[in-house]
Amino acid sequence: MSEEQNHNVSRRQFLTYTLTGVGGFMAAGIILPMARFAIDPVLQAESAGDMKAVASVDDLTDQPQRFDFSYEQEDAWNTSEVTETAWIYQEGDEIVALSPTCTHLGCTVGWEANQDHPEEFFCPCHGGRFKKDGTNIEGTPPTEPLHKYEVEVQEGTVYVGKAESQV
Amino acid sequence: MLQRVYEWVDERLDITPMWRDIADHEVPEHVNPAHHFSAFVYCFGGLTFFITVIQILSGMFLTMYYVPDIVNAYESVRYLQGDVAYGTIVRGMHHWGASLVIVMIFLHTLRVFFTGAYKRPRELNWVVGVLIFFVMLGLGFTGYLLPWDMKAYFATVVGLQIAESVPLVGTLSKTLLSGDPEIIGAQTLTRFFAIHVFFLPGALLGLLAAHFIMIRRQGISGPL
Ligand code: HEM
Ligand code: FES
Repeated sequence: MSEEQNHNVSRRQFLTYTLTGVGGFMAAGIILPMARFAIDPVLQAESAGDMKAVASVDDLTDQPQRFDFSYEQEDAWNTSEVTETAWIYQEGDEIVALSPTCTHLGCTVGWEANQDHPEEFFCPCHGGRFKKDGTNIEGTPPTEPLHKYEVEVQEGTVYVGKAESQV
Repeated sequence: MLQRVYEWVDERLDITPMWRDIADHEVPEHVNPAHHFSAFVYCFGGLTFFITVIQILSGMFLTMYYVPDIVNAYESVRYLQGDVAYGTIVRGMHHWGASLVIVMIFLHTLRVFFTGAYKRPRELNWVVGVLIFFVMLGLGFTGYLLPWDMKAYFATVVGLQIAESVPLVGTLSKTLLSGDPEIIGAQTLTRFFAIHVFFLPGALLGLLAAHFIMIRRQGISGPL
């Protein structure tokens, strides 16, 4: 091109720009709805989760006890009853409800599940151990304490919500 | 940047001849709407392919939510349309595209017929085109059952009775399609799903490849 500027757009350039533009617009119009459709699960707002009744306060001791509770779970077009477990004990005024899901790779732990480790939660998969308050014992595979359920007491009944990480 | 990446790859793999062979060829004057506007009739083949691509894409995305099971099929379609973002649009693309692709293939066939493009040496491509048309009808028939609502069910009842009315092999072909001599149910839905999503699209892609390879070999038919 010459020194004095030539602002004229050639026929070829014009066609390249308009065809790329229109083509890109059409391609985006086709791809974007499908992409948004596909990634919808990532963008769904997290449901708050109800509090579920698990146990009567009178039944609690200072030793963790196993309580199972069931609730309706909505999974897209499928509604089903699922059962979860909480290990609950009372210490003074505080009620602690721990999730049985091992923080190593997700197996299920049990209180005093291994005779050699009294007063501890034990995970059978790789020998993970936790103290009564859920703290993971140094030198065993788990890397954080057992998750703790949100707890609420109403008229002598213990309700739990979501299990959340203690760290 | 892109230019440099292209050159780097091209230097090693010599990819230019590959795409040149596919993309770089003259569009004859008599099929170019810029020269004669009436040449737009030559676009219908490309438009048929365009909508087929949309059907395959939207269909792939629908299968992320759809389940081919009589208990859940209807609910899964309702969920993907009503609760998933842009579900109405993606299902709408597939739903309306299914009809539009038939319209386009019909217009394309009319153009080929009235320009006499099916004559020697292109007879084989007419035959392949008719096979593509049958595969499309098959996709429409099998896809229609998938939402598993009343309309889907009774349309399939009728379609299977048509299959049954064929002399000699009627009963056989009906059972083969529905998966049970009497019931139109669980096995019908899974079969139709497999045919709709794997068998016919596979056949369609093979036939389209044959169609396009023949066009490149023989070129577009001459001016009238
Ligand atoms: C030319 C190609 C195709 C045609 C003509 C076609 C046609 C149809 C039709 C008529 C329906 C019923 C739609 C409704 O009632 O709303 C349907 C549903 C469906 N199709 Fe296709 N289809 C094609 C390709 C594909 C491909 C390649 C896939 C997957 C890889 C696919 C997956 C589905 C699914 C999952 C449904 C059920 C969901 C729904 O009903 O909305 N389709 N198809
Ligand atoms: S999963 Fe519990 S120790 Fe590995």
